[in-house]
Amino acid sequence: MSLFKARVFVHLRPSVLDPAGEATRSATKRLGIDGITQLRIGKSIELEIEAANKEEARSKIELMSDRLLANPVIEDWTLEFKDEQKTLIN
Amino acid sequence: MNIGIIVFPGSNCDRDVRWATEGCLGIPTSFLWHETTDLNGYDAIVIPGGFSYGDYLRCGAIARFAPVLNSLISFVDKGGKVLGICNGFQILTELGLLQGALTRNKNLHFICDRANLSIESTKSFWMKNYKKHHSISLPIAHGEGRYQCSHDVLKKLQDDDSIALRYADNPNGSIHDIAGITNKKGNVLGMMPHPERACDDALGNIDGKSILSALLS
Repeated sequence: MSLFKARVFVHLRPSVLDPAGEATRSATKRLGIDGITQLRIGKSIELEIEAANKEEARSKIELMSDRLLANPVIEDWTLEFKDEQKTLIN
Repeated sequence: MNIGIIVFPGSNCDRDVRWATEGCLGIPTSFLWHETTDLNGYDAIVIPGGFSYGDYLRCGAIARFAPVLNSLISFVDKGGKVLGICNGFQILTELGLLQGALTRNKNLHFICDRANLSIESTKSFWMKNYKKHHSISLPIAHGEGRYQCSHDVLKKLQDDDSIALRYADNPNGSIHDIAGITNKKGNVLGMMPHPERACDDALGNIDGKSILSALLS
């Protein structure tokens, strides 16, 4: 078994209004920064998973992302693996 | 007639519902811990408002994996009556028993107020004591009550006459002013407003009583 580190980014679909992103964008003007035309806020979920190989880890995380971490009605997600990988000694 | 109220860690309107169903309407009512799987003997199940599992991740996202909700799906398939109020509505959409999703209010505020509503459909079991286009007022209290769905789903809701309630003055930015919807069959109703807080004369508003008293008629 190996330990894989991964990060899932969850964000609202482009067609769904992101009021928190809009509120933050308007605060950038008060900070004196002009030119921010788009600002959307998402979630980053970091996890470690034990699996036989990267493919198995990926399929489990994909299932989890589709069913739990993101709501496909309003959200999209992306997955990235981190490079560090440890072999577990059981 | 027996009503079960599902209690999650974080439910906080469970007792309000029981007061309305048992205290005001005299219907025997029990609390059902979320780990239970036996829904036999209940005619209707209410998923109350609150903050199930702390609303972590998304409102209702973690609650949908509670053991009791697998049993709820079979209960609904057999025609059992289910009412989801506020967080209960959110859970029903996460579970897929109702379409669409509830998102952060447009103005980012937690809104605690009274909302004027219009009865848009009397098709479902729960709305049968109302007249179409009748106006009522119910308390609302939510931070994530902005109903969203795709245009295809919206069309389906309209075609199936499944839009139960609309806001007169949309407080949260919901698509098409939607405040509550039903499934196609009409045995499942999800709504953001709180009918259980408008069932007691002492509170000065009994506009919500007709929804719960549908169980008696």
